[in-house]
Amino acid sequence: MSTTAPVATPETPAPAPAKRHRSQAWDTALVTLLSFVTALVIGAILIAIADRQTRDSFQYFGHYPGDTFRFAWSAIWHTYQALFYGAVYNPNTASHGTLVGYLGPISETLTNATPLIAGGLAVGVAFRAGLFNIGGQGQIIIGAVFAGFVGFHWHLPAGIHLVAAVVAGLIGGALWGGLAGLLKARTGAHEVITTIMLNYVAINLLGYLLSVRGFQAPPYGQAIANPVDSNAQLPLLLGDSMRVHAGLLLSIAAAVVVWWLLTYSRLGFRLRAVGANPAAARTAGMSVENSYVVVMLISGALCGLAGVSQVLGTNPAITGDIDSGIGFDAITVALLGRANPVGTVFAGLLFGGLRAGSPLMQAYAPNELVQVIQALIVLFIAAPAVIRAIFRLKTSGTSVGADLAKGWNG
Amino acid sequence: MKLELRGITKRFGSLTANDHIDLVVEPGEIHALLGENGAGKSTLMNVLYGLYQPDEGEILIDDVPVTFAGPGDAMAAGIGMVHQHFMLIPVFTVAENIELGHERVHGILPRIIGRLDRRRARREVQEISERYGLAVPVDALVQDLPVGVQQRVEILKALVRDAKVLILDEPTAVLTPQETDDLMKIMVALKESGTAIVFITHKLREVRAVADKITVIRRGKVVGTASPDSTPAELASLMVGRPVKLNVDKEPAQPGGAVVEVEGVRILDDGGAVTVDDVSFTVRGGEIYALAGVQGNGQTEITEALVGLESVDAGRISVAGADVTRMSTDHILGLGVGYVPEDRLHDGLVSSFSVAENMVLDLYDQAPFSGRLNLDLKHIAAHAEQKVEEFDVRTSSIGHAASTLSGGNQQKVVLAREMSRPLKLLIVAQPTRGLDVGSMEFVHKRIVAERDNGAAVILVSSELDEVLGLADRIGVMYRGKIIGEVPAGTDAEEIGMLMAGQTAENGETAS
Repeated sequence: MSTTAPVATPETPAPAPAKRHRSQAWDTALVTLLSFVTALVIGAILIAIADRQTRDSFQYFGHYPGDTFRFAWSAIWHTYQALFYGAVYNPNTASHGTLVGYLGPISETLTNATPLIAGGLAVGVAFRAGLFNIGGQGQIIIGAVFAGFVGFHWHLPAGIHLVAAVVAGLIGGALWGGLAGLLKARTGAHEVITTIMLNYVAINLLGYLLSVRGFQAPPYGQAIANPVDSNAQLPLLLGDSMRVHAGLLLSIAAAVVVWWLLTYSRLGFRLRAVGANPAAARTAGMSVENSYVVVMLISGALCGLAGVSQVLGTNPAITGDIDSGIGFDAITVALLGRANPVGTVFAGLLFGGLRAGSPLMQAYAPNELVQVIQALIVLFIAAPAVIRAIFRLKTSGTSVGADLAKGWNG
Repeated sequence: MKLELRGITKRFGSLTANDHIDLVVEPGEIHALLGENGAGKSTLMNVLYGLYQPDEGEILIDDVPVTFAGPGDAMAAGIGMVHQHFMLIPVFTVAENIELGHERVHGILPRIIGRLDRRRARREVQEISERYGLAVPVDALVQDLPVGVQQRVEILKALVRDAKVLILDEPTAVLTPQETDDLMKIMVALKESGTAIVFITHKLREVRAVADKITVIRRGKVVGTASPDSTPAELASLMVGRPVKLNVDKEPAQPGGAVVEVEGVRILDDGGAVTVDDVSFTVRGGEIYALAGVQGNGQTEITEALVGLESVDAGRISVAGADVTRMSTDHILGLGVGYVPEDRLHDGLVSSFSVAENMVLDLYDQAPFSGRLNLDLKHIAAHAEQKVEEFDVRTSSIGHAASTLSGGNQQKVVLAREMSRPLKLLIVAQPTRGLDVGSMEFVHKRIVAERDNGAAVILVSSELDEVLGLADRIGVMYRGKIIGEVPAGTDAEEIGMLMAGQTAENGETAS
């Protein structure tokens, strides 16, 4: 049985490991960066097309082509400038000389990034164990409901109340995620289907709860729950004028824990083995079913943390929109972060920035464009062959796209 | 038709898979291409079949240079190939499979909505199978045919397309000894009718039986030609590049107490069909018990049941005194059972994991490789370094992914892992499949060493030579049953007959 692949023989040593690893990481980072840049470039074209002045001037393009380019450039520049102002640093507000003027945009980016990081870690860790958790939305909602309920219904001393509410949120998310894991382990039901369905259950459960007295805040009639006790709220990090809260620290801590789990722990070894080759894991005596349940409990708890940071931090009362698309953006974040905790933190910050910048961008371009750009980034990352073709990079290693496809089959 | 390859060179990145290979195949000769795995035989044939373009060199047919942009060109030029893995459609009949790709159609717009001319197809297939003496049931579905007959269908596919040169890529890997003999007869008949055959293999016995010329390839280069009269040892050392011992050196077994007791085990597959039927056997410490048989006769299932990967429908299995019939794999391995699965890439390794991680795949949760929660990466690395050294795994770093290793080295990783703790039972399935002669020698030596340490060894192999060389006792499986148990030293023919379902007493197919 000769294989066509030539084997490494003593005469043809494989390249040195250090070099090889570095180049692979570099390659991944490069493709990711280029995906982002390409998405921005295509976004720029769309901004120009969406700009009325540019379109109008195009009608006399033959006479004054300069106008088209000037208007297009202006629209693109202003839009991306607004994105930067909203997400990183805004010289207009900074000139007020206040702290919020300087740090307001960063605070917004961090606030938006907080649940995205937690959610991205959730999707990423499931990914590493071979599961595709699309149930972030439902798990975030249930986590938020648990945390929010403990937050407004119980009245405990400062400190203890916060811990109780956070733990409740983690448990809520874990239960919702673990349910999908249990269904997969016991019956083989595909997690993609069960998590999507559990999303619907969670959304509608939330809708129902928000109409129930005792849950709903007076004056009744609005779909908003009782506000969370101040004792149970996550402390603000930069004073009352800025929204960034201690949820950020929890998300970062979660990233560290997940990194440790995947790199140095026994459990992580098992989860990774199950994710990479369930047949070999089973042959080596690992329980694949148990691993599915465990990783979905962890993944759900991390989504629960995203819910916690929403309901105890950013917006301290449960509303119908408590998830605000985080559950699905988390998939994007995990993809962009290559299911790696460090990468996920950066991807979360990037997407937090895009979310923070989009309100200011609306003055220059339709808000939908931000989402289009996000979608394009993911598109290019999921199909790295496109980026490699555009920039004529050599193929190497496996793509996250391939991993994603495997996740679907698993 | 005379076929000549001149200075063929094919590189993959920094690796030269074929390095200036010259080869001449005359009409009516069987030309064996002998070489270890990864020597470059298949690459060369893929160049010849138009699947790869050579970086240098040329292909000449009757002294005229030709280029093949794809298999279509090669086929048109009279080159046919029978792949190791058949390219047949199981739910089509033999005739349909043979006609596939050049079907005759008629009708108003034959290219678009043509009607298949089945009668003519049958006639054509019938005719050609008679001409070459290759009997096939024309109307049978391919999925219902034994492997040997399927292979004949593949050969007919090539002949129908007027192949003058037939490439057979490891044709005997999937055949029973009897089917192998039949194939040899077919090859000789084809040769006599003027067809040239390029016969790719690493089995020395077959080469000596049928080849007219032997070209040996090592590491991408032609290292020599040999005549069929060469001794196996000469051929082997030419292949490997050093003297090789072909026989397994071992003392007579000194069996101790029973370690494995299998009683009346029945196993059903997912569809409820019986795959293992009332199988009983005992293996004692210090002996090698071989489960011989053609693949797919229940050996895989029974070994998987031994390690808890397959659920047992009826019967009882005990290992080292413990009833393991319903025990989890983890617990069974914990009893001191080592298991080398048949399909190492699928079941034995996590190919994206490093060599070091693979070396502890079933030991990672035990001291000294982990604490209560954490892994001890230092111990894992030290362990891997030591095993890589001991088992001569060729890798430049234990941090490399297992997928970067050659098949033989992957197998050594699995063996090293399974043999890195005291064993009461070692189960090895197809331990040398795809391994070259050099690695094979090493693997056999280690298996015998485990036996001599007092472990019971269960060897599953479809290689008769391996079974004969290693086993102290042989149970032959056929259609889910052990149809005969014979001692070491039984002659190959008798075991071959058993593998084909013929018992000595009745002389007819048991089923």
